[in-house]
Amino acid sequence: MLSLHLSALQVVIPLLAAPLCAIIRRPGITWLIALAVGIASCINSIAILLHINRFGEIVYSLGGWAAPFGIEYRIDSANALILLIISFIYLLGIIYAPVSIKSEVPEKSQGWLYTAWILCFTGLSGITISGDVFNVFVFLEVSSLSTYILISFGQDKRCLSAAFRYLVMGTIAATFYLIGVGFLYSLTGTLNMADLAQRLPDLISQNTVAVAFGFVIVGLAIKMALFPFHAWLPNAYAYAPNAVTAFLAGTATKAAVYVFIRLIFEVFPEDYFSGFTSSHHIILAVGIISAVITSAVAIFQNELKRLFAWSSIGQIGYIAVGVGLASTAGVAASFLHLFNHAIMKTAIFMAIGGLFIVTGSTTTAALKNAGRRMPWTMAAILIGGLSLIGVPFTTGFISKWYLVSASLEQNFWWLAGLILLGSLVTAAYVWKIVEIAYFRKDPNEQVVRQEAPLSLLIPTWILVVANIYFGIDARFSGSIATQAANTILGISP
Amino acid sequence: MMSASTIQLYCLVAPLVAVVLIATVGRVFPILYEAINASVAVLTFLLTLSLYSALGEGTIEPLVLFEPFVGVSIAIQAEPLGILFALMASFLWIVTSIYSFGYMRGHGETNLARFNIFFAIAISSAMGIALAANGFTLFLFYEVLTLSTFPLVTHAGTDKARRAGRVYLFLLLGTSVGMLLLALIWTWILTGTLDFRAGGILDGDISKTTLNILLVLYVFGIGKAALMPFHRWLPTAMVAPTPVSALLHAVAVVKAGVFSILKVSIYIFGIDLLQELEVHRYLAYVAAFTIVATAIIALRKDNLKARLAYSTVGQLSYIVLGALVANAAGIVGGGLHMLMHGFGKITLFFGAGAILVAAHKTEISQMRGIGRSMPVTMITFLIGCIAIVGAPPTGGMWSKWNLLLGAANTTDWLLLAALIIGSLLSAAYLLPIAVRAFYHPPDDGNETIKEAPVSILIAMIISAAGCIILFIAPDFAFELMSMITSSK
Repeated sequence: MLSLHLSALQVVIPLLAAPLCAIIRRPGITWLIALAVGIASCINSIAILLHINRFGEIVYSLGGWAAPFGIEYRIDSANALILLIISFIYLLGIIYAPVSIKSEVPEKSQGWLYTAWILCFTGLSGITISGDVFNVFVFLEVSSLSTYILISFGQDKRCLSAAFRYLVMGTIAATFYLIGVGFLYSLTGTLNMADLAQRLPDLISQNTVAVAFGFVIVGLAIKMALFPFHAWLPNAYAYAPNAVTAFLAGTATKAAVYVFIRLIFEVFPEDYFSGFTSSHHIILAVGIISAVITSAVAIFQNELKRLFAWSSIGQIGYIAVGVGLASTAGVAASFLHLFNHAIMKTAIFMAIGGLFIVTGSTTTAALKNAGRRMPWTMAAILIGGLSLIGVPFTTGFISKWYLVSASLEQNFWWLAGLILLGSLVTAAYVWKIVEIAYFRKDPNEQVVRQEAPLSLLIPTWILVVANIYFGIDARFSGSIATQAANTILGISP
Repeated sequence: MMSASTIQLYCLVAPLVAVVLIATVGRVFPILYEAINASVAVLTFLLTLSLYSALGEGTIEPLVLFEPFVGVSIAIQAEPLGILFALMASFLWIVTSIYSFGYMRGHGETNLARFNIFFAIAISSAMGIALAANGFTLFLFYEVLTLSTFPLVTHAGTDKARRAGRVYLFLLLGTSVGMLLLALIWTWILTGTLDFRAGGILDGDISKTTLNILLVLYVFGIGKAALMPFHRWLPTAMVAPTPVSALLHAVAVVKAGVFSILKVSIYIFGIDLLQELEVHRYLAYVAAFTIVATAIIALRKDNLKARLAYSTVGQLSYIVLGALVANAAGIVGGGLHMLMHGFGKITLFFGAGAILVAAHKTEISQMRGIGRSMPVTMITFLIGCIAIVGAPPTGGMWSKWNLLLGAANTTDWLLLAALIIGSLLSAAYLLPIAVRAFYHPPDDGNETIKEAPVSILIAMIISAAGCIILFIAPDFAFELMSMITSSK
């Protein structure tokens, strides 16, 4: 019986917990609530995944109202994977948070921070599991509004302008998306994804569909920080509290990417994206350009969080390349990289948080001697960096392998070359960090071993180990990503 | 009785035992670092030797370690060429450990634990390359070898070392990720496998253009083979301590490169297919050019290690050329030269290090008359020189002979001429060093120089003796190589 409500619980639990936190507001207790939400969601998301593996897709009508009238939650292996990523990153982020947050946020605001964090998690989970395009919009707003709050908790005053900038961009994105949804509704009279998918093929030649398609794509592209709509991201990541950045890096853009993939391949008629409008060329081009260029921008950053924020934009570019290939292999590569990138980037931002606790700074200058001063923290950044480059025995290598073989499958050897060129650009900024941390030393200086607190190191290293594990044995992540791509592209496995 | 299949795994794991021992026992007794390395090296060598004897009883079964994703596995399988490489690397590791004891301490190097740990990891990945059963596994260990030798190249921690490290990584990672990986994935898409199979996995059904491009990607993508214009990393890597230059940049790393090229030619393309590809001829010209050009550069280098480095680049191209002429004699010559050059060049690097430790000299022009005070060093050095030139009584003769035969079979006189000129030039840039050391009167102050520490001398004598023994008894190497050429 309970299994029927699994999907609703994923949203209901955090949604109830958030106001509870807002009432209590004591940092310790709100943290415990947030932690409990995390544990429950992780168990829940695993249960969902197992349920899907055994019985197939879950369709759940909220409040018992059947689809065209009520809201429907629909979970298959694609969103189950995303849900798993979001839940685990959230849980690890919460475990990581207390010490890190204490160093940056005054005690009286910490309760609010956890409230916003739980709400953000609610929104992201909702986006992922909803089968209703308007409901997606609602959750998109829930997650965005709470993200603005989360960013503005940053220690640096500039976090306010960063939050405001994101607010403006986020609102534009939401508006675009909503306009697109409005057009679709006026045309078909439904907001349910499955119904839309049924009705749209008959209307394929109408210009309204094309306009709606354009609005939805642009709206989501802003949310997922796809180049050239990425401008909000570097500052938002750079000025948010470290724990929040770690959480956002692994989750926020991922949910938007998922909706993007779901809508363009499944809700819009088959081949609408790649065949009818040929817009996959645009996504492909934008993706590969951003992968190379934004990685190059990262080389010139002197603040670590900003540097890796630019790197994130580049990685979103790789994911877009997979989408733009519009093949099962390409989309599978995108899903796999969503998973892998969440693991590696969260670990890196967590380690940077540890660096901040010890040195009080996140500039590249703070890395001096870090190799000897805090070997474990630095090793986490190093392994994350190697994974970004795509060095064997890390998840990044598996992602590259999938992506390059997907592009070679369509004989895009130039694309494969550019993807690998992007790896070299990545190597440049990773190596910049390594040189400062391990080689710039002052012979007269005595280095005292001073590691980040264990409560920070443990979640970081869980992700580092996961990074290496899934880099060697990618059968789980690879097969689930392929399965996800098969479901979305409507190919029975 | 262990099965040969599991012994393969032990060959990989054994060097890692050294890592664990150095990190635990070595912390308490730092004096044991080299003893640990040497004993583990002996163990590795014995394990490889047992693989060699197992090969006599038939093919060794592959061992699948992991299957990272469907259709691609990390697997090891010892075949003749791999065993030849593994035998050489593990044997010379023993010698280098002995040498390292005298050198690193005599030269007052620091951070010995880190040095020895990464050294052992590098050897383990070299064994991984040697035993790789498919291109995927080979690539994995290839990259690990690059990354694990990086801390060794930058060991000194100076600005110069850091710059060298940057060039090293940029060229080796750049070529391997940008071209080798691309070629491997492409091959995988075309054939659905990356297994090394006798006769090759690519076949004539694939368009010639694609195959030509693939061959170019492979040959240049394996940057460790140092084919021009991707050779710069090797001379700059010479800032590393001498044992690193000796074992890694004369044996393990660079030989891993040419070994990979031989593997790709024999087991991915297959010699017959290689013959049909137009581009193999042009690539052979690139190798021929590299041979002559580096010899000329080496002539002009006064720094001993720099001269040896350029000589290495040139000699590697001999092996690449052996693979690219695509006939039995060329392959045999290439495989043998891998071995012979390994012994010869390591002797020379040992000599360069011995002179540095005992006489504190790095430039050739300062080494006049040095042979009178360091006779053992300079005699072994001379033997090394002869081995590189390829004259009797050293093993270098056999490999050069087969390489020449391979080039002659193509009836392309340009290639043959390049090989001969290359050998003559190598005599011109190597022999005068030894000759001057004995016949010129010593410079001021050179009279007081003493012979190098005993452990260094022992190592040099072993490797020089190896050069001569390989002249008298090269049968086992011939036997291994003929297994490959007869089974194709």
